Amino acid sequence: MNVHEYQAKQIFAEYGVPTPKGKVAHSVEEAVENAKELGGPIWVVKAQIHAGGRGLGGGVKLAKSLDEVKELAEEILGMTLVTHQTGPEGKLVQKIYIEDGADIQDEYYLGIVLDRAKEMPVIMASTEGGMEIEKVAEETPEKIVKVAVDPTIGFQGFHGRELVFGLGITDKQEQRKFIDFASKLFKIYMDKDVELIEINPLIRTSSGDFIALDGKMGFDDSALYRHPEIEAMRDISEEDPDEREASEYGLSYISLDGEIGCMVNGAGLAMGTMDTINYVGGTPANFLDVGGKANAETVAKGFEIILRNPKVKSIFVNIFGGIVRCDRIANGILEATKLVDVHVPVVVRLDGTNAAEAAEILKNANIDNVIPATDLLDGAKKAVAAAKGEL
Amino acid sequence: MSILVNKDTKVIVQGFTGGEGTFHAEQCMDYGTNIVGGVTPNKGGQEHLGKPVFNTVAEAVDATGATVSMVFVPPAFVADAVMEAADAGIELAVIITEGAPVKDMMYAKMYATKKGMKTIGPNCPGIITAEECKIGIMPGNIFKKGNVGLISKSGTLTYEGANQVCTEGFGISTAVGIGGDPIIGLSYLQLLPMFEADPETEAIVMIGEIGGDLEIQAAKYIKENITKPVVAFIAGQTAPKGKRMGHAGAIVSGSAGTAKEKMEALEAAGVKVVVSPAEIGKAVKEVLSK
Repeated sequence: MNVHEYQAKQIFAEYGVPTPKGKVAHSVEEAVENAKELGGPIWVVKAQIHAGGRGLGGGVKLAKSLDEVKELAEEILGMTLVTHQTGPEGKLVQKIYIEDGADIQDEYYLGIVLDRAKEMPVIMASTEGGMEIEKVAEETPEKIVKVAVDPTIGFQGFHGRELVFGLGITDKQEQRKFIDFASKLFKIYMDKDVELIEINPLIRTSSGDFIALDGKMGFDDSALYRHPEIEAMRDISEEDPDEREASEYGLSYISLDGEIGCMVNGAGLAMGTMDTINYVGGTPANFLDVGGKANAETVAKGFEIILRNPKVKSIFVNIFGGIVRCDRIANGILEATKLVDVHVPVVVRLDGTNAAEAAEILKNANIDNVIPATDLLDGAKKAVAAAKGEL
Repeated sequence: MSILVNKDTKVIVQGFTGGEGTFHAEQCMDYGTNIVGGVTPNKGGQEHLGKPVFNTVAEAVDATGATVSMVFVPPAFVADAVMEAADAGIELAVIITEGAPVKDMMYAKMYATKKGMKTIGPNCPGIITAEECKIGIMPGNIFKKGNVGLISKSGTLTYEGANQVCTEGFGISTAVGIGGDPIIGLSYLQLLPMFEADPETEAIVMIGEIGGDLEIQAAKYIKENITKPVVAFIAGQTAPKGKRMGHAGAIVSGSAGTAKEKMEALEAAGVKVVVSPAEIGKAVKEVLSK
């Protein structure tokens, strides 16, 4: 789960990580009120969406008067912001953050993620703040300092020294401030079950203070049960409504650009099914894992969500029954076709436990648009042919 | 022969008396797995499925001599259960539970490693030595005994791959579902040498997916150390960037962890890489008839 910049900064503030003063606004009036309270003389008006690259997209602008704050709030609130992370359709801006302007001397990058190879968190820092860190990693990897921290000992002084010497921070006061900053950030990472924390840019002011000018945080969904305060920050308007609805039914759904709807049990097989459709010349319309408990209700919900996409021309149901018996799933599919108007051809491949009985059930039901398939490749080919109207 | 587990392996179940634990323990026993007991706190002294229940893993190990534990406890208690197993001297914990917090697994795996305990999973189908010992939730009937070792991040792709191998007239020595979480136990790097050393295994199927770089590390290892033929499939060639594909670890971040780079690395290591899982069986036949 991701949160907005202003929410990340609330968490920073709780832990004493310095941030500029700011307030979130949902309307132009509120934005001007916030600006008055902050006092100025310079404000930054920032679109709050769950995507990076907001500045380049025109969602972050500087105001030098209250009139300018008003103008910018009018401009940014309600705009559809397109960045390299939103996709071409962009995201609607429903909240803006009004923040004190900062005195920027230098820009750094500071982030913490899990290093999967080392199996511990790694702090990444760079003097190339303000730039996309992936680009820096690709073009000038020597400009990124990486310090892995064993969580059983926690953030120690030497971790901090590796960071400041790596970044070339020489002033002792500044070293102390940076190390304090990084240590607090690490504490947040561990305390809150953070998956990713990124500050880009982290600035040094002319007086040698370090301040988080931006804040991006994502959390481990599996750990949200012990962080109600983070769960409360969820902004459902930032989530894809279909993906969200699917998850309420225990389905894992991701929409894609193609024409063939997929319903599969297991994440790996679901990806493998998309790959196979692509391999035989078709395009998958979605990823959908019905999980280990596929039944009539979940299958019906899956059909319903897949069919909302007008591009879908056929559906491929690919189930490898393990503990779940195929005959039950076949009956589930038949029931689901009664619950939902399935107006495109459905190719069904059921393999594994009781596959023969399942084939018999589907055959006897004799439903026009249900086409049985013998294996994965056969199913993918039939689904592609059906999408082209060739079946 | 096989790797890690066989018909003599003594297994206990943590979370023995719960719904999932009961159902799958029974299936494993039907398959022939030597389940010698289970652990459920406050139910010690009772009998379940005809086997003794213990309050702690230490008691269970003392009384039964178990060396392997199958872990079915709910996500919030997984780390505790795994560390308890490690502390009690269990040699291998097979963690089936899905949804354990990453931070918990980080600590649990560090402690397991310190205690010399191997782990498989979490969020995985488990391990099966065909027609001998099943420790997990896979449908046992599709695994016929044979000479192909299988390592997979995905449950249903394990079944798909094993089924194709058996349909082609071959069989499975041992199949290991390693799981697709960001932190997992035994992985390709540890399992490949075990299969290389196992006289019964003549070919290895490796099923990976997008995210992380375990498959890249495996490719390097195979190139230098594995003499047996390897067939590989990497799921997620058509997965969009930045989207988590079901498994917590299956995500392409930036330009790292794509199916393409993994497939290229494996091909360069001499692995027979297939573009669809539908080709796994045929590819195994091809490499074994050379």
